[in-house]
Amino acid sequence: MKILICISNVPDTTTKIRFAENNTRFDSQGVQWIINPWDELALTRALELKEASGGAIEKVSVISVGPQSAEPTIRKALAIGADDAIRVNYEPTDAYGVAFQIAEAVKGQGYDMIIAGIESSDYNGAAIGGMLAEFLGVPSVSSVSAINVEDGNIVLKREIDGGSEIIGTQLPFVAVIQKGVALEPRIPSMRGIMMARKKPLNVVEPVAVDTMTEFVSYKLPPAKAACKMVDPENVKELINLLHTEAKVI
Amino acid sequence: MNFDFTEEQIMIRDAARDFAQRELLDDVIERDTKAEFPTKHVQTMSELGFMGMMVDPKYDGGGMDTVSYVLAMEEISKIDSSVSVIMSVNNSLICYTIEKFGTEEQKEKYLKPLARGDKIGAFLLSEPESGSDATMQRIIAEDKGDYYLVNGIKNWITSANSGSIYILFAQTHPEKKHRGINALIVEKDTPGISLGPHEDKMGMRSSDTHSVMFTDVKIPKENRLSEDGFGFKIAMKALEAGRLGIAAQALGIAAGALERAIQYSKERKAFGTEIANHQAIAFKIADMAVKVENAKNLCLKAAWLKDNKKPFALASSMAKLYAADIAMEVTTEAVQIHGGYGYVKEYHVERLMREAKLTQIYEGTSEIQKIVISRTLLRD
Repeated sequence: MKILICISNVPDTTTKIRFAENNTRFDSQGVQWIINPWDELALTRALELKEASGGAIEKVSVISVGPQSAEPTIRKALAIGADDAIRVNYEPTDAYGVAFQIAEAVKGQGYDMIIAGIESSDYNGAAIGGMLAEFLGVPSVSSVSAINVEDGNIVLKREIDGGSEIIGTQLPFVAVIQKGVALEPRIPSMRGIMMARKKPLNVVEPVAVDTMTEFVSYKLPPAKAACKMVDPENVKELINLLHTEAKVI
Repeated sequence: MNFDFTEEQIMIRDAARDFAQRELLDDVIERDTKAEFPTKHVQTMSELGFMGMMVDPKYDGGGMDTVSYVLAMEEISKIDSSVSVIMSVNNSLICYTIEKFGTEEQKEKYLKPLARGDKIGAFLLSEPESGSDATMQRIIAEDKGDYYLVNGIKNWITSANSGSIYILFAQTHPEKKHRGINALIVEKDTPGISLGPHEDKMGMRSSDTHSVMFTDVKIPKENRLSEDGFGFKIAMKALEAGRLGIAAQALGIAAGALERAIQYSKERKAFGTEIANHQAIAFKIADMAVKVENAKNLCLKAAWLKDNKKPFALASSMAKLYAADIAMEVTTEAVQIHGGYGYVKEYHVERLMREAKLTQIYEGTSEIQKIVISRTLLRD
């Protein structure tokens, strides 16, 4: 079995977001880039499955659509433990374009399980996994919170209103995962970082695709109110503030 | 000149930061209070490859450079120097020394498990009556033909209990003074070795420190590092590298205190505004930041020299002296900025201040560094 993880290169979650060109473009200057947290969990789970599979899962690959500047993030995925990587040399414009490029790059490559994070922490579009499955003509399962392989069968758990459901699926398929699929993302080890130097990172040229959407302008949410410190002894004041100022109780 | 880190160095720094934040922060105060050894934390650190990160991969090490090591030490020391001292001793005093001076057999037998972190190393140089003056070794390793018979006592030994492979410095030819000292690799479970009680330290309380007694301990000759009488030279070389680890630790302590002081001063209000808006506090932050930046530059310069196979003893002494002294100053100011909260354990800065003090003392006191620096400059 071969697993593919779609990874997105996103600004660190603590980044101070700024816009340029009259609020029509994200200003990436000075930004630290990371693997989208959901994708990192997907990669962690895929590696756990591979390690427990006794060789049945032969390979975990990652794919990312982005310019060369995304390569440190891709190499981090290799350092964490992915066996190889594909970068589609394409500046992401919208979910449709990204999903289309991934589909074109992996068609016929024999991936049995393709995992995408439920959304990326920058644009939060939550669209790529489903679109990708559609382009590839394979089933997709959304909001997956656990992935297991039992006797060669795929067992997925989905959170639904009031409980959860267990789903089996044929191969190949796309799983769109949310938190819970792995406890914590893996920290790359020194050995992993060293081995990442030698792992293949194949760059694929993009295919022509229409851009379906356009960003007209960006706006920051209103600033968070300042934090108010309350003496731990003074519970009365805390309750009073929650009631009268924050109006949450 | 290039001040950029490589992609790999950044990855290692981030890995160390993630490890420290996720694995160490939660129980650091509790372990410090109870003086509890970080067993599972060291195990995770070993799995991540931090225990022998500069060792050649053919001896199961990480094969990383010294700049990466400094960055990793800094990040881990921001959170917990009890853990980073175990890492520093294992990397720069033990693995470095065996890799540099050991035979192939010694590397195979001892360096590999140390580099993997399967075993922890301890460096046995200080004695009850010999700390800074390492030439005065009273412990005796008597040459008995195919083995050394060791009798005596060592003091202030980091990881003496948790560690299982020692590098011991002992006098074989007292008439030759420091040229008679030998460096021996000793397995802790060798008959005749016993430990004193756990030292109840001011800081770095979660790392174990003991005295180690040797009574008629037989150490095979093949466990000697390098030539007969080369022990003192080996100790000095080891300390050149060790100093850099401690310099990076002191830097991390200072940088950690600065981060906490900045965060606190932006949250705490007094006289109607955040205390960061008061010049008295803002200027303190500026002074602290300049000191941290200077310490970082000194550490990285020494690391760069070592990575480029240039002499780095002077630079590492300067880095250790400066970083340790400013760690004390910066942590003291961080406590001051926190006011009463700084004096209680919950806010971490009092612990950082206690940890900082040790960096001025061990692996060459600040005064010893001044001797090294001035002698180097004045000898020609």
